[in-house]
Amino acid sequence: MAVTPIDHVAKATPPSVASKIRGLSDRTIAWLFVAPTIFLLLAVNIFPLIWTINLSFTNFRANRPNREVDYIGLRNYERILTDGDIWLTMQATAHFLFWTIFLQVLIGFTLAWLINRKFKGNDLWTTLIVLPMMLSPAVVGNFWTFLYQPQIGLFNYGISFLTGVDPSSFQMIGDVALAPWAIVIVDTWMWTPFVMLICLAGLRSIPDYIYEAAEIDRASKWRQFWTITIPMVLPFLMLAVLFRGIENFKMFDLVVQLTGGGPGSVTELTSINLKREAFEKWRTGYASAYAIILFVTVFGLASIYVKALNKVKER
Amino acid sequence: MSSYSITEPSSRQKWVAGSLVIAYAVITLLPLVWILTTGFKSPVDAIAYPPKVMFEPSLEGYVNLFTTRTRVSQEQLEALPPPATWYEEIVRNRDMVIAGPSRYGERFLNSVIIGFGSTFLSVFLGTLAAYAFSRFKVPLKDDLLFFILSTRMMPPIAVAIPIFLMFRTLGLSDTHLGMILLYTAVNISLAVWLLKGFIDEIPREYEEAALIDGYTRFQAFYKVVLPQAATGIASTAIFCLIFSWNEYAFAVLLTSGTAQTAPPFIPTIIGVGGQDWPAVAAGATLFLVPVMVFTILLRKHLLRGITFGAVRK
Repeated sequence: MAVTPIDHVAKATPPSVASKIRGLSDRTIAWLFVAPTIFLLLAVNIFPLIWTINLSFTNFRANRPNREVDYIGLRNYERILTDGDIWLTMQATAHFLFWTIFLQVLIGFTLAWLINRKFKGNDLWTTLIVLPMMLSPAVVGNFWTFLYQPQIGLFNYGISFLTGVDPSSFQMIGDVALAPWAIVIVDTWMWTPFVMLICLAGLRSIPDYIYEAAEIDRASKWRQFWTITIPMVLPFLMLAVLFRGIENFKMFDLVVQLTGGGPGSVTELTSINLKREAFEKWRTGYASAYAIILFVTVFGLASIYVKALNKVKER
Repeated sequence: MSSYSITEPSSRQKWVAGSLVIAYAVITLLPLVWILTTGFKSPVDAIAYPPKVMFEPSLEGYVNLFTTRTRVSQEQLEALPPPATWYEEIVRNRDMVIAGPSRYGERFLNSVIIGFGSTFLSVFLGTLAAYAFSRFKVPLKDDLLFFILSTRMMPPIAVAIPIFLMFRTLGLSDTHLGMILLYTAVNISLAVWLLKGFIDEIPREYEEAALIDGYTRFQAFYKVVLPQAATGIASTAIFCLIFSWNEYAFAVLLTSGTAQTAPPFIPTIIGVGGQDWPAVAAGATLFLVPVMVFTILLRKHLLRGITFGAVRK
């Protein structure tokens, strides 16, 4: 890029004589500083991505590296998009996404709204609530299988304590109807604090004078809530939904340890299904096409969503 | 904010809000308390019904976590010299002898090496890049920053296949170096975004003054900017550490022994007749406690760290 005179004027720091004589020029430093990061990302992210795209057109199997590889065009993509089981996986994922996001937004917002009352010791309690999301999802998922044990687990005991239902009469993980809820509960337990923190930031960004003005206009509390609080927090809420959506679409560790995709395949989310194709059935080419479809889906949905988010922000 | 503000909640409102939040906190912390206490239960107490709140503390879980044991017959047991240590005694009481150390220590050490190695590298590279993005006219700056962020959208499994093949070709599979590089690449997007935010907040005037005093750009960077950014760098480091500490998908897919970290190992702790829950809980406790401590130390920067600085507090 040519250096125009404007560039020189626009630079915040005047080109000092010292730096020209003794040190490297700003442009060289900028390149030296940015290059390793870009290089690393190209090597460990972009190169593998391109490789995945290439593999997705082949019948390559990673457990048989010496076998001849054929380019089979779009056949992998065709097979995936017409496979009924994959649509079941997608449904399981959609169910999981919908309920986790719904519950996390509902509980997270309520908690933030309560904490925003600034009662005594709220900082301490906020920090304690946040702990679950900082832990290792795999370890947590594994331990929850213990809490979900029908005979001895704390969860079943708690439910039976509250409702009088026999604790050994239901299996959260073994039952086809309950297993999807078992993962929704653990994910909600783990990630509600995340939504809560973002909502709290949103609530704290609302200046007091808006409420004071509403108070003078004699707007009811209810009306203030719907016309001030909700619209002002909405961009933050949408951001929380975006982050949770992307993360839960990729969800792997927690569910693998909790249900392993079972019973049958009712909790087999896309990542688990993909792992099975790639590292158990070793259908590498097929799994690559699958991975590309998932990535394009996340990227596409996220881009559309970010556009909507920016519109809300502009208002 | 004035304390006489008409928007200030009444003391009754505060009381109600406080009790609801505390009730939620108590329920949400129960599973964690259960992990911590199960580690100190005997295997019998751990699976008692109804679940035991009061119990005789035992270190059996921790002993089982760090050792492998073999069952011996009554005669063999009697022929042995008396147990030399308290942990041998615990094992003897179960008609077993200690056969050797378990792999937990090794896996924990792997977590430490890979966690700290990748954290150091991502913070080091991230600081350089963040400084350049914050202070210089980098061509295509916005595109590059978005590119760096977008690398986080890929599901780990999607890139795991070619990384698996690439590592196999380069001899990096199941090595510490391979995992450090991989986790650095995952963490660097967070590091750049967070650190750029922190460095943006340091007034440019400091460096300009240093430049006028005859410092080179580079000297101004490490003598003026770095010390100012220290808190930001420290909290970024902890977020990177927590991520690589907790990571599971890559660890389980790309490592099998030498470089495997603790998260894939803890769930595989099996005792006689199923999962040895006190040992699992002991392993989880040792693994979770550092993160819990960091979280409490870090609470001020928490929000920025988990959202890439996308939300300003």
